[in-house]
Amino acid sequence: MNALTKGLMMKDKAARKIKINILRFDPNIPNDRPRIDMFELEEAPGMTLFIALNDIREHHDASLKFDFVCRAGICGSCSMLINGRPGLACRTLTSTMEPEIMLAPLPLFELIGDLSVYTGNWMRGLNERLETWIHTQEEVDVERLEERMEPELAEEIYELDRCIECGCCVAGCGTIQMREEFVGAVGLNKIARYRLDPRDKRDDDDYYELVGDEDGVFGCMTLLGCEDVCPKELPLQSKIAYLRRKMVEVGLNKKD
Amino acid sequence: MKHDRLHKSVDAYLKLHNSSTPARLDFVQSVTGFILALFIMGHILFEATILISKDAMYAMTRFFEGYYFFGETYPGIISFLAAAIFIILIVHTLAALRKFPSNYRQYSIFRKHSAEFRHNDTTLWLWQVITGFMMFFLASVHLYMMMTNPGDIGPFASADRIVSGWMWPLYLVLLISVVLHTFIGLYRLALKWGWFEGKKPKESRKVMKKIMIAAIVFYIGIGLAALGAYIVIGIEHSDKVGARYHPTEGGQQ
Ligand code: HEM
Ligand code: SF4
Ligand code: SF4
Ligand code: FES
Repeated sequence: MNALTKGLMMKDKAARKIKINILRFDPNIPNDRPRIDMFELEEAPGMTLFIALNDIREHHDASLKFDFVCRAGICGSCSMLINGRPGLACRTLTSTMEPEIMLAPLPLFELIGDLSVYTGNWMRGLNERLETWIHTQEEVDVERLEERMEPELAEEIYELDRCIECGCCVAGCGTIQMREEFVGAVGLNKIARYRLDPRDKRDDDDYYELVGDEDGVFGCMTLLGCEDVCPKELPLQSKIAYLRRKMVEVGLNKKD
Repeated sequence: MKHDRLHKSVDAYLKLHNSSTPARLDFVQSVTGFILALFIMGHILFEATILISKDAMYAMTRFFEGYYFFGETYPGIISFLAAAIFIILIVHTLAALRKFPSNYRQYSIFRKHSAEFRHNDTTLWLWQVITGFMMFFLASVHLYMMMTNPGDIGPFASADRIVSGWMWPLYLVLLISVVLHTFIGLYRLALKWGWFEGKKPKESRKVMKKIMIAAIVFYIGIGLAALGAYIVIGIEHSDKVGARYHPTEGGQQ
């Protein structure tokens, strides 16, 4: 068998027709109504949803709105509901799915149009609300060497810092769908991250003020949608459980 | 602190400080859920002694009435136990109520989310809420009867209540909902507090889910078998309703 026939056979095998249904709606266009558009295309080898959507925009409908930046699962822009489940389009191979695919924008976030949502706005609000930065009274002296940190601890903090704020855990959380004030796994993970960091001088009483209520860790119903959809596979379940144990400790010892 | 949430004057008061109550409620919900779960795991097995023999079940009721400690039976012990469980149940329900969808909008959002998401643990939570809600009524009826008629427990008395007293439909639904609720609850409890997490939480979770399913199958199986046995006895005994069981010669006293 020569290379050409091999190539042709591969092409034959890969040439599956796929149908991509997309929930379309642009709140900025007057009188626009939500609708589902279907696009039929030929699957290419190694095709991701990112490639498929670009194909659609190039050859079928130039008005389709969706977000991408890195194409490598790093920036968190391309999150959407893929067959009802939150995920990153750039990391999803079409070959892993049935030939009929349904795409919809992530719920809860502000809709820019079609598959594009404004997660950044929401995440900024969350970060301000939870004050996700190092709190310290120390004067920063850029001349001085930074304090040392055990490699294991640095590793552990880094593990939680890998969150790309894609919002998948938010879209996968039944609690937050019902109660929009809930901080979600992304928020709880951030508190767990700063709590680990010795440079942050806040103590558990301070963290209790941030997440020691029903909008915080006690609102979580352990549905674990977050854990199962996080594309960075952060240890959300065990971090939320850990935070819950610590916050209950504070609560049970509190007077009021 | 939470500037963004201080829009309304009532929030200003509420958010002055985070109260300790949510922490207490979460803790109480888990502790009461755990006690109830332990109780149910024992309870269904004790009732299933009917599968061994009428004498075994009779001996079990005498045991709980204190016969082997005091030499006499005190049905009041059963009343006391039933009342204690009732109180724990009420506290558990009060704590768990805050998790219920609080209006139709929330309920339908959750239903839609769970249907589209097709995520097992999310669906299980819905089952837990539904079974919990059903037990509100079913468990209350059952517990009230045990509190007020503690003497009427035995191979014939129980079987008569189940068949001639028409309790079997209630017990059937109660059995299925209590077993589902208990083991889904225990599974969630372990994940919620990080018990048995080990080095690989994802693997531990899979193992725990298998244990949960096995326990559900086992308890529903044994519960159904026991209920079936009471029904058979109840039908045979339906012309002598009210007559009490007397242990066979040489049987345990
Ligand atoms: C024998 C009876 C019962 C047993 C053994 C039991 C056991 C449990 C357990 C172990 C949990 C997990 C606790 C936790 O998540 O902290 C739980 C949660 C729950 N229970 Fe029960 N329970 C019983 C009766 C009820 C009743 C009557 C209701 C009625 C409202 C109820 C409603 C709930 C709800 C809604 C949850 C979930 C709460 C959440 O998601 O955080 N339970 N139960
Ligand atoms: S925790 Fe995971 S799912 Fe949630 S925003 Fe971060 S990376 Fe995305
Ligand atoms: S465990 Fe469930 S309720 Fe808690 S944050 Fe994750 S998805 Fe939401
Ligand atoms: S495009 Fe950056 S994560 Fe998908």
